[in-house]
Amino acid sequence: MADESKPPQSPESPKPETPGAAPAQPAAPKSAAPPATPPAVKPAAPAPKPPVPLQVPLDNELTKRYRERFGVAILDALEDRKQPYLVIDSASLADIARYSCDQEKYDLLEDYTAVDWPRREKRFDLVAVLYSFPHNTRLRLKIPIAANERPTSLVEIWPTANWLEREIFDMFGIEFAGHPDMKRILLPDGWQGHPLRKDYDILQQDAAWVRENLGIESGQ
Amino acid sequence: MNPTLHAILIFLQTWWVELVSGVVIVAVVPLVAGYLVLMERKLMADMQARLGPMRVGPHGLLQPIADAFKLLIKEDIIPADADKLIFWLAPVISMVAALTAMGAIAFGPAFQVARDINVGILFVVGVSSLGFLGIILGGWASNSHYSIIGAIRSTAQLVSYETAGGLAIVSALLLSGTLSIRGIVDAQQKSGAWFIFLAPVAFFTYLVASIAETNRAPFDLPEAESELVAGYMTEYSGFRWALYFLGEYANMIVVGSVATTLFLGGWLRPFPNVHWLNWIEYLPAFFIAIVGVYCIYRAGKQPVAIQVAFMWAVALACFAIAAVLAAPWILHVLHKFGVAAPLNLDFTVPGLNGAFWFLLKVSVYIYVFMWLRFTLPRYRFDQLMHLGWYILIPLAIVNVLAVGVALLLESALGWNRWLAMVVTTIITMAFALFLVHLHDKRTAAASSAAAVTTDSYAG
Amino acid sequence: MGDTLQEEAIKNGGTLLGADELVLNMGPQHPSTHGVLRVKLKLDGERVRGTECVIGYLHRGVEKIAESRSYQQFAPYVDRMDYVAAVSNGLGYCEAVEKLLNVEAPPRARVIRTILTELQRIASHLVWLGTHAMDIGAISPIFYCFREREEILKIFEKYCGARLTTHAFRIGGLQYEAYDGFEKDVERFCLDFERRIQEYVDLLTGNSIWMGRTRNVGVLNTADCIALGASGPVLRASGLKWDLRKAQPYAAYDQYKFEIPVGTNGDTYDRYMVRIEEMRQSRLICLQAIEKIPEGAILGKVGKVLKPQPGEIYHSIEAPKGILGYYIVSDGTTQPYRVRIRPPSFVNLQAFDKMVRGHLVADVVAIIGTLDIVLGEVDR
Repeated sequence: MADESKPPQSPESPKPETPGAAPAQPAAPKSAAPPATPPAVKPAAPAPKPPVPLQVPLDNELTKRYRERFGVAILDALEDRKQPYLVIDSASLADIARYSCDQEKYDLLEDYTAVDWPRREKRFDLVAVLYSFPHNTRLRLKIPIAANERPTSLVEIWPTANWLEREIFDMFGIEFAGHPDMKRILLPDGWQGHPLRKDYDILQQDAAWVRENLGIESGQ
Repeated sequence: MNPTLHAILIFLQTWWVELVSGVVIVAVVPLVAGYLVLMERKLMADMQARLGPMRVGPHGLLQPIADAFKLLIKEDIIPADADKLIFWLAPVISMVAALTAMGAIAFGPAFQVARDINVGILFVVGVSSLGFLGIILGGWASNSHYSIIGAIRSTAQLVSYETAGGLAIVSALLLSGTLSIRGIVDAQQKSGAWFIFLAPVAFFTYLVASIAETNRAPFDLPEAESELVAGYMTEYSGFRWALYFLGEYANMIVVGSVATTLFLGGWLRPFPNVHWLNWIEYLPAFFIAIVGVYCIYRAGKQPVAIQVAFMWAVALACFAIAAVLAAPWILHVLHKFGVAAPLNLDFTVPGLNGAFWFLLKVSVYIYVFMWLRFTLPRYRFDQLMHLGWYILIPLAIVNVLAVGVALLLESALGWNRWLAMVVTTIITMAFALFLVHLHDKRTAAASSAAAVTTDSYAG
Repeated sequence: MGDTLQEEAIKNGGTLLGADELVLNMGPQHPSTHGVLRVKLKLDGERVRGTECVIGYLHRGVEKIAESRSYQQFAPYVDRMDYVAAVSNGLGYCEAVEKLLNVEAPPRARVIRTILTELQRIASHLVWLGTHAMDIGAISPIFYCFREREEILKIFEKYCGARLTTHAFRIGGLQYEAYDGFEKDVERFCLDFERRIQEYVDLLTGNSIWMGRTRNVGVLNTADCIALGASGPVLRASGLKWDLRKAQPYAAYDQYKFEIPVGTNGDTYDRYMVRIEEMRQSRLICLQAIEKIPEGAILGKVGKVLKPQPGEIYHSIEAPKGILGYYIVSDGTTQPYRVRIRPPSFVNLQAFDKMVRGHLVADVVAIIGTLDIVLGEVDR
């Protein structure tokens, strides 16, 4: 089970200006995360031959425009397997999102999700996948947030964020400020726990809820 | 003699025909309805590239009996908050209304269950409409949202379509000049043409209205399966549900019979007044005999002995029926060869063959019902109401006027009846086209208000 | 008259007859909510004043399961999401992992993948057409549709032994070589299919009841589609000529000529026409693809143990229902650190509330049908 945080592994991805504050991005973070030696498969050297660096810093027109406009709020700009993404500060999430939608024409919020990194200072990464119909390009925004932080809801900008944010809340327990209907979507309303957090075991379930509402003992 | 016993005897003496026929209706109609369901399922299967019921009996022929048995022994569920008395009563009303209406229908000159009431058609239409009471009460008593919506839909549908259907009936009544069922058929014989040819618009109006009255697709909104689960029947199960079902199919037979009586010449054979076509009288016997021959042919191909036996049994039954139908002709032939006929059976010809033609026409009518059901999507409620109030009812009213005018032209101005009818029918049809045009314009206007763009799809 | 009364009543915040709103609970067991969707309808008479979708009845925690399976082990799970288009799900997943591994499937594998995926698109649309027509009350088309779908499933069965949840592809290519007569089977199906599709069109397209039930029902214009994230045929019916197969070609789609059908109104009828035309286009793609399937290996250079470098990938394909995206984060182990699936049905279902407001109960089922949702994918 990959239940421990990401293994420390940083041979590739030479990050030029590692953001001091936020260990933003998952693949090549500062190696502050304690190793914690995963059980079975955790090769210290992933591949026999030195791999081609798949993650490179991104420095194109787009990132320039973003940096110009938002300055330090753009914590990092990288390209992973030819897919660009920006690591941004959660405080200016709404502004950057509004700008991306209106100015940069990323008019479709294709996906919005989160990743849990329990060992990090800022526990969650929110990941927004944006698509631009006029330019036929994608951009990912990655927003590191702390466990008890309440990021701004994007429903105002992309209405499709409504259910996606509810799902994030359901699965990770991240509450969005300004969301019109912040409640669980896939799991029952009374359920305890947020399953996609790494500390929620795969075999775990809300036995009390199951007993009460289904009248059966847990199937496990 | 004991006066009570005497009274009972007198009563029986006066009413025994009705009593016996009532028992016959109650015994036979459920069976017929069951087989109507089987027929529908088989036809549907045929149109949908599959076989339909095949398991119970040869080609599923015993399926209705198995179904009835299953429904009888099913648990009878009454919802906790239902109005129990009405919940119990509603399906009974529905079925009794349909069966009662059947009592006044004449299946042949000699085959009328009850006596020939002089307001026969009025009685049939009135009583069969009472069946809606069962639907409405059932929907209300179930205490379920689906049921109540179904019941409300059904009420609105009844009001809209009974009107149009009633006006269509009036057109035929104008032509016949009587409300008596036998009188109407006699009038068609006298005029030499079924009323469908004299008043086609009225017939089609009645066709549409009767589909709506029997809650059949595309007007099956009260029980719209994909929307309301089962509409007013949602909470019913077991034999109560079967009663509703029975009522629905009995009702189909009733409206089919009414349409046959009014527009399709009742028990008259095709071309009733053309004497050189008298051999048509023996066609039923001939057809049934052919079926018997086919059964014998198929019997040779059955894999199991019992199936072979069954086929032979069917064949023999067919031959027996054919022999009964053709008995007068057989006797005539025997007479020619010098064999003295023991008795004259000519009187059976109009009776039995009349029933045959009547049932054939009803079957065709019901077949059209089924065919439409397999083919067409369902109307939406507002569209149903539009069709009823904006097209069907105006059309029916104008048609009544047109028929009246035609009769006036005939009697007052001495026009040929056919000429008068053709002229007024053409006028009515032009009016129908005008109504449809108006309707299209209305919907187009409504949609342009609703839609952002109204360009029709072009690719 | 009724309209104005109603408008006035609604303006005053009441209902037409001054009665309470009727709350109709559709589902999770209902003939036409396509599985276990539950919709709470607030009705004024028959008019819908508000809806609430309750989903999750089929939630199996696919994304959580992924974190404790190896990359290969997880591949069959994605088949269980959109179970009427399992091949498409598999294609998306395999390509995403391939991108994560930085490998490519060989050309032969890509072409065979394309053929199977397009067949799956036809099959998925056939299920949609049959059930959608049934929802609107036409009970016959479903049997014709399933008859044709059966032919496709037979091809799948001959190819990989499974009919529904096929697990047809492997990471890096294919496990199975196309069986003898594969091309012939596909060709026979495609040649026959044109005639068959005409049958459905004859039954429905020009039917005035069908048009009355679908025209101007559930209108969603392009701006709304994009705002709500609705993709696939829903988006195309609104008039945007956009298809991931053209915009960002994957598999072997760049080699084939096909059209992107679009609608104009964005109503249910347009979505119907778009999907019908998509089936025709898929048929053309299949016919082109079987012309020449390149020779060569069917499995690329992937090891037995997949250990992608740490990093992440987002890859999306044009599934029959819309954009199907996979966001996979690797931590360098054999198991994905996080798999996020962007299900088209889930996102499209969000548009339901907007589409259905002000319509009648009968339109609710038409709109659920036209969104073409599969609850296995909505709930995952």
